[in-house]
Amino acid sequence: MTADGVRTFLRGLGQTLITLGIVVLLFCVYELYFTNLYTDKEQSRLGDAIHETWAAPPSPSPSPGVKLAEIPLGSGVAILWIPRIGMVGRGHAKVVVEGVGTEDLKRGPGHYPDTALPGGVGNMVVSGHRTTYGAPFNRIDELRTGDAIVVESRDTWFTYRVTSLRVVKPTAVEVIYAVPGQRDAVPKQKLLTLTTCNPKYSATTRLIVHALLDSALAKSSGEPPALTGGA
Amino acid sequence: MYGWLWRTFPGGLVGKLLCSLLLTTAVLALLFFVVFPHVEQLLPYQDVNVDVPQSAAPLDV
Repeated sequence: MTADGVRTFLRGLGQTLITLGIVVLLFCVYELYFTNLYTDKEQSRLGDAIHETWAAPPSPSPSPGVKLAEIPLGSGVAILWIPRIGMVGRGHAKVVVEGVGTEDLKRGPGHYPDTALPGGVGNMVVSGHRTTYGAPFNRIDELRTGDAIVVESRDTWFTYRVTSLRVVKPTAVEVIYAVPGQRDAVPKQKLLTLTTCNPKYSATTRLIVHALLDSALAKSSGEPPALTGGA
Repeated sequence: MYGWLWRTFPGGLVGKLLCSLLLTTAVLALLFFVVFPHVEQLLPYQDVNVDVPQSAAPLDV
């Protein structure tokens, strides 16, 4: 091989490696920034849609505890407020979508179909991204026992209080049972469970937050104390 | 490769710059809208559910 040939080969190799490096960096930009833009846009649309629905006269809407076959996948179910991690107010509180498929979760936290509705007896389970796509549950590891998680429905604020945080295997389906851990038990309590991946940027385990309904307040009476700084 | 592209683009400096811009935009769009969405499925960031049998949860781990 001549000196020129070697030079051409090395130049080509160098350019290829630099190009690949740039593509990898662009992928990081995509994951860490671009996916959030998508989710923000979808959240804003979902927020408008759910407020519009709520403003309209209540059609025969599902009341707490009703089976949810009626809620179409991908539509807004409720709005999730978590004061401890700054998830409060329009734009920060997240609209929960019905369904936990990949596409549903790209738009916001997802409500597991067939689990309880806000304020319903049983276990309302919501899963969300820990990283990328708005990362709604990025900081839920910071929650402490007693912290408020507020679920806003059409006409009620449901304030749940965190009872426990735990890390489980990805196969631990028992956490979403109506009575966590007991497959066929008849539920009496009103629970809320959040699931997300753990640790961040991995998925070897799942982080689970359980909470118990503490109070329900009609929206006509204003915001609950948990959101106004009362507790 | 870049040298070859630059020499191949038609027109004077303006033509070459325009072609470069066009090609860059096309490549970025392809990456962001087609390639990356497929690649990200290979990463674990989307695995946030506990594994639910059958139809309840389409996404699984």
